Amino acid sequence: MTELSRIRNFSIIAHIDHGKSTLADRLIEACGGLDAREMQSQVLDSMDIERERGITIKAQTVRLTYKARNGESYILNLIDTPGHVDFAYEVSRSLAACEGSLLVVDASQGVEAQTLANVYQAIDNNHEIVPVLNKIDLPAAEPERVKQQIEEVIGLDASDALMISAKTGLGVDEVLEALVHRLPSPKGDRAAPLKALLIDSWYDAYLGVVVLFRVVDGTIRKGQRIRMMSTGTVHHVERLGVSTPKKVMTDELGPGEIGFFTAAIKQVSDTSVGDTITDDRNPASQPLPGFKPSVPVVFCGLYPTDAADFEELRDSLSKLRLNDASFQFEPETSAALGFGFRCGFLGLLHLEIIQERLEREFNLDLITTAPSVIYHVHMSDGTMRELHNPADMPDPVKIDHIDEPWIKATVMVPDEHLGAVLKLCEDKRGRQIDMTYHGSRVMVVYRLPLSEVVFDFYDRLKSISRGYASFDYQIDGYETGDLVKMSILVNGDPVDALAMIVHRARAEARGRQLCEKLKDLIPRQLFKIAIQASIGARIIARETISAMRKDVLAKCYGGDVTRKKKLLEKQKAGKKRMRQVGNVEIPQEAFLAALKMDAG
Amino acid sequence: MRSATAPRPSGSSSAPASPDGAAGFGLYVHWPFCLSKCPYCDFNSHVRAAIDEAAWRQGLLAELDWFAARVGPRPLASIFFGGGTPSLMAPDTVAALVARARQRFAAAPDLEVTLEANPSSVEAGRFRAFRDAGVNRLSLGVQSFRDERLRFLGRQHDAAAAQAALDIARATFPRVSIDLIYALPGQAEAEWRADLARALALGLSHLSLYQLTIEPNTGFAGAHARGEFVLPDEDAQSRLYDLTGEMTAEAGLSAYEISNHASPGQESRHNLVYWRYGDYIGIGPGAHGRFHDTEGKRASRQWRKPEAWLACVRERGHGTEAEEQVPVEAQIEEMLMMGLRLAEGVELGRLERLAGRPFDEVLSPARLARLEKGGFLRRRDGRLHATEAGRRLLNTVLAELL
Repeated sequence: MTELSRIRNFSIIAHIDHGKSTLADRLIEACGGLDAREMQSQVLDSMDIERERGITIKAQTVRLTYKARNGESYILNLIDTPGHVDFAYEVSRSLAACEGSLLVVDASQGVEAQTLANVYQAIDNNHEIVPVLNKIDLPAAEPERVKQQIEEVIGLDASDALMISAKTGLGVDEVLEALVHRLPSPKGDRAAPLKALLIDSWYDAYLGVVVLFRVVDGTIRKGQRIRMMSTGTVHHVERLGVSTPKKVMTDELGPGEIGFFTAAIKQVSDTSVGDTITDDRNPASQPLPGFKPSVPVVFCGLYPTDAADFEELRDSLSKLRLNDASFQFEPETSAALGFGFRCGFLGLLHLEIIQERLEREFNLDLITTAPSVIYHVHMSDGTMRELHNPADMPDPVKIDHIDEPWIKATVMVPDEHLGAVLKLCEDKRGRQIDMTYHGSRVMVVYRLPLSEVVFDFYDRLKSISRGYASFDYQIDGYETGDLVKMSILVNGDPVDALAMIVHRARAEARGRQLCEKLKDLIPRQLFKIAIQASIGARIIARETISAMRKDVLAKCYGGDVTRKKKLLEKQKAGKKRMRQVGNVEIPQEAFLAALKMDAG
Repeated sequence: MRSATAPRPSGSSSAPASPDGAAGFGLYVHWPFCLSKCPYCDFNSHVRAAIDEAAWRQGLLAELDWFAARVGPRPLASIFFGGGTPSLMAPDTVAALVARARQRFAAAPDLEVTLEANPSSVEAGRFRAFRDAGVNRLSLGVQSFRDERLRFLGRQHDAAAAQAALDIARATFPRVSIDLIYALPGQAEAEWRADLARALALGLSHLSLYQLTIEPNTGFAGAHARGEFVLPDEDAQSRLYDLTGEMTAEAGLSAYEISNHASPGQESRHNLVYWRYGDYIGIGPGAHGRFHDTEGKRASRQWRKPEAWLACVRERGHGTEAEEQVPVEAQIEEMLMMGLRLAEGVELGRLERLAGRPFDEVLSPARLARLEKGGFLRRRDGRLHATEAGRRLLNTVLAELL
């Protein structure tokens, strides 16, 4: 066990690409956590998707031993937090496990919306924050401007900001010294009953669930019977250790220390981020503050392209859930898509990550329906129904009103793109709350319906600002909206998987757009196809696909039936990837069309 | 023993009154060599500097013997020399094969012997010798009457040579058919109308009119993918197809198959064997066969590479790369795939006998009803056939039906 005065727990707050992972790598190197041979660039992001997208999905920790210039050795625990708005709660719990943060800002880019959100969370957690300007070796670096921006936008004193280049290693030693001298040491009572914060957990094929935790009071020991305070479940600590980032086993960890344990826990869903771990025999009287069960906010249907893959999809979802308790799934059926699952996610990125992992790691070919939020449908009889799937919309005559979730969104954008961003927010039914200038950057705060944001807000924001705008949001209550269910009919048959809930004022434009898009995506077939959008019985848009006129009918070569058969097989395989609605075959892409549309 | 018990080709008793009165039995001979590869052709053709004609003749005869022993001395309706360029064969070789086939099988009195030929002057000079070898029907690969189109198609002949070869052919053979390719890049209706009118004016009793298709692994596949030329779109192709149908019908050469036109009784008996899903054996590199032996319907495929085939024949007496049983379900599928290309369609009773169950259980009544209602398929006089609208969309109709 380590003396509290010799421990510093910290996290790094940074926008994507501002150099968080590179700095982490340098710190690990400088403290000899890994030798050069073991260093793999960006040690912390271990999933392929994490590396590719430059984001962290699972929190990780590294325990470093640093010999400071004063001759003393310190334990520096770095907690690497998930870096996306979808994982805001997870971030808050990681931050709650530290006393301070390094605020890393790209000296040429300045503060971004996401950084801002995380900094505020760090401030809420009483962090001591050390500003670090990275990439000061770049010709475009403007450290003075960025310092000023930090002071103006965040309200932090940036006069002592460290000037570094994580890439070249410049200033990294100063960062380590600052951690020792500017961050407070943790507090805690060794004699008190065990109280440890569950930071994150993941599933390891060999060890089962691995729990990452921070001890606040008391001690955790190998063999100890521990209890999860939110559920009351009891486990036996089997393995206890720290990550340097090599796994080093230990018998006991005390206040201020960060480590991991395994306890024959079978599913990640048995461990909740933010929960308090205590001693079963001598439990703490109160759990740590701030625990919230994670709640999905975005839903979509996931269907196997080939209906035969349904069971495989179920297995794959179960396997992913072993490691990610924050997403949910339950079987559902669609007349158009057959058997699939309605899945709930923390946000749109989370949805994309899960979808991508299913396709990549489990080799599944999926149809994803348009994402939906949870609508509160208030019925005339006074009851309220939560609606996750537009297809389940009750009969409108029985509905009194519908509430939809809103968010408070913060966008940081260079002023030359401000007009486009404001127009986008207005298009999305947004209401401006605030707009402030910081040099040439503008921070705009809007309230927006979440359903508009899950639609294509983020993609469009990126494209209209050429990637310069950054965005963050938090859920901000429910509001009544004039919402209607828009159905898409193909030759008169409604396609349940294409139904969506839209604001009445936008229904017509969106219906027209979707019909046009479907016209392009559905190939000509033997019969003429009518595509219509409707609200109730009223048709609001219509397109027609004319019938096919002719196949390419190749010469029949001397008795080679096999070749003809191959062609037929190919055609049949193509049909397999289509979904039959009435008489019409709808390709997979058409179901995705609803996801990606221009201005609504 | 085998020959005695081999079943007769299925349906031979049930086919309608047609030129050969049955699905029949045919022999296909593949000559795999060409002087040069045409960029549109994906048939099994190879360019070789020298060919040991005697070795090839022996190989083909040996393989013919081997298959004949398996299928027995049944009635033979047709022999077809395809390729490649079979008009490059020595007439002696053709003569030897025709004679051997007559010896091994019970040749029909009006045995059809077709040879595919290129309209070059060299080959035209051998037409008489081919006739003497037993060829009584020539299928001439004219492809176009325009020099620039022939150059585009990579042909070695020009329009004048085609005309000259055609004149000789008509003077030499009782039956002559020509091949033309249409739906060429930028081909206007007027151009095709003029070319087709010229072909019809020849007064031939058979025309094969193929739409240009881009096949994988051909010169055109790459060029097309690179955008070096653009094919007429679906609507334009459809208009050319309509025009073809109208003009040939008016001239009394209506389409008896998707791309084949003949005056009544002048259909290619050999191709009818395929389309009526009769029995045929295929000898030579890359040839395919479908024939009954004591075990049932067999599908054979010979080695494609000429040298591999020849070596195999020398070693084992045949060049079969693979042979397998065709399960009944596959036979049904093949019979429909082939038969619906024909205007006459498929006899329902024959399908039922093959399947051993009523027609309603052979094909999905719902799918069939939908296609009938759409005007793509029709049942009449105990036959199922694709309508004019259905034949032009046959790939899609089949994918829908099966």
